[in-house]
Amino acid sequence: MSLLELRTVDKIFGGLHAVRGVSFQVEKGAIFGLIGPNGAGKTTLFNVITGVYTPEHGQILFDGQNIAGLKPALIAERGVARTFQNIRIFRTMTVAENVMVAGHHLHKASIASAMLRTRAYDRDEQALAKRARELLEVLGLAELADEVAGSLPYGSQRRLEIARGLMLSPQLLLLDEPAAGMNSQEARTLNEQIRFLRDQLGLTVILVEHNMAVVMNVCETIHVVDHGETIAQGTPAEIKVHPKVLAAYLGEEEPGTEASP
Amino acid sequence: MRAAVRLAIAAAALLAIYGLQLGVEAGFTEYVQRIILLAGINVILAVGLNLINGTTGQFSIGHAGFMAVGAYGTAFVGVQLAGPVHAALGSGAFSDALIFNLALLAGALFAGIFGLIVGMPSLRLRGDYLAVVTLGFGEIIRILFNNATFLGSATGYSGDDPSGLPAYTNFFWVFAWVAAIVILIHNLTFSQTGRSLTAIREDEIAAEAMATPTTRLKVTAFAISAATAGIAGGLFAHMQAGVRPEDFRFERSIDMVVMIIVGGLGSISGAILGGIFVAVSLELMRDLQQYRLVLYALLLIVIMIVRPQGLLGARELHHLLRRKKPAKATAPSESA
Repeated sequence: MSLLELRTVDKIFGGLHAVRGVSFQVEKGAIFGLIGPNGAGKTTLFNVITGVYTPEHGQILFDGQNIAGLKPALIAERGVARTFQNIRIFRTMTVAENVMVAGHHLHKASIASAMLRTRAYDRDEQALAKRARELLEVLGLAELADEVAGSLPYGSQRRLEIARGLMLSPQLLLLDEPAAGMNSQEARTLNEQIRFLRDQLGLTVILVEHNMAVVMNVCETIHVVDHGETIAQGTPAEIKVHPKVLAAYLGEEEPGTEASP
Repeated sequence: MRAAVRLAIAAAALLAIYGLQLGVEAGFTEYVQRIILLAGINVILAVGLNLINGTTGQFSIGHAGFMAVGAYGTAFVGVQLAGPVHAALGSGAFSDALIFNLALLAGALFAGIFGLIVGMPSLRLRGDYLAVVTLGFGEIIRILFNNATFLGSATGYSGDDPSGLPAYTNFFWVFAWVAAIVILIHNLTFSQTGRSLTAIREDEIAAEAMATPTTRLKVTAFAISAATAGIAGGLFAHMQAGVRPEDFRFERSIDMVVMIIVGGLGSISGAILGGIFVAVSLELMRDLQQYRLVLYALLLIVIMIVRPQGLLGARELHHLLRRKKPAKATAPSESA
């Protein structure tokens, strides 16, 4: 059974049909690419899946259950983690604290026991800190654990967002342009890290990305949207030569017209 | 073991506070003692308000209302308890302490409940909208007391005794409560809950995406903050013969905001310093009467220009002392 299934999802902002009848299925353990030109509706799709927006029509089945219209926190609790295109880390907090924020489910101690610093509280706190260190280790951020998050370089901030998302112990990880602002060396490391997440942690990954070196390298299935509508889906090799995709990215080549403005 | 150690520390601290009380009562005039008590009450107010305005980043300017609920609640419950407790245990220092502290807890509970009632609808708003709504609620609460005949309406509430409310409030109880509240709020701030509250301040959308129950946490923090103001109100009530609605006007909410902005939003030690600062400066400016609000406004403007993060910024004194390394040791590669 597929882990995530979108059924004819529509999202409308006033007169703008940002997403129109998009359907796709993501199998468990897949690395699934979602691409399209700027303004195609990729991030809107992420926001619909994670509950930031409620779709006007259609269903979003996660693990067989419709999550369309649930609050973001509830969807996150069910195991959908995400990163943000325009990096939303908690800038004044340390790197470790950023990750620990997502560890609600590991911290059962009540507010009263936090105020009184009971044993149960200390135990949860230590377990949480330990888990945060492990995840920072995975993303190669362990040495930066006590730095203020806002002072990290761009690429590290993006990896911190992934580490924070992993703290939710998710089944599905949505990465919104994780390679943006990374140099080619960092992008290669990112490829390895994404594969590691799937192979070692058993995650399913959906990737929105403009860096084709990353998308074509790491994704097994790619879904292409343009103007809010699906125009193609296939393997990287198929997508590379798909006429509609080329048209969407490079512009329509009309027969009989020369390249004159 | 742990509990025994803590009890020992608490007992030692209370003994130390008692010793200080003897010293203060011997060494200072009544007038100075009163300022010291007010400083302690301010510290409680500031530390409580800082939880919501500083740590959580939600702006309340209506906390005088919760202080009023605590003041009236404590005074009223204290008067009701006095009869039965004196009948059962006789009159003396012990029954007074029992009555006072039970009444303070009741006042805090009432204030906390009001905090929940005010917080649930208004914390859906942010920034200046929230500020205006809390300001409105603060005034509504005061006007309710102004019209509550069983609480003396505009003349205020002073119990059944013609000599007014008993003067329970002294150095010992004020600073015992200061210590307890500072420790509890500090522990809360540096816990998973506190991290989540800070995350809400930093980026509410990201906090929600990380499964943080943002609304529930904001309302809880607001209620705790209101309950703290309630304790301060109860201590304030028993410093004088009665509580009057006009003790809890809008200016008092502004005083509280000044305390935490001067000290540094988000810093508990800053709130403590700010609370003391306002108590002292209010006395120094007593002759200026309502013009002090003008001076406060000027002070706030100067702070915003010269040091917008306040005295301490978001830092804590003991953290500064622990690690000497400069805050920005790692050169930040500033990015969009």
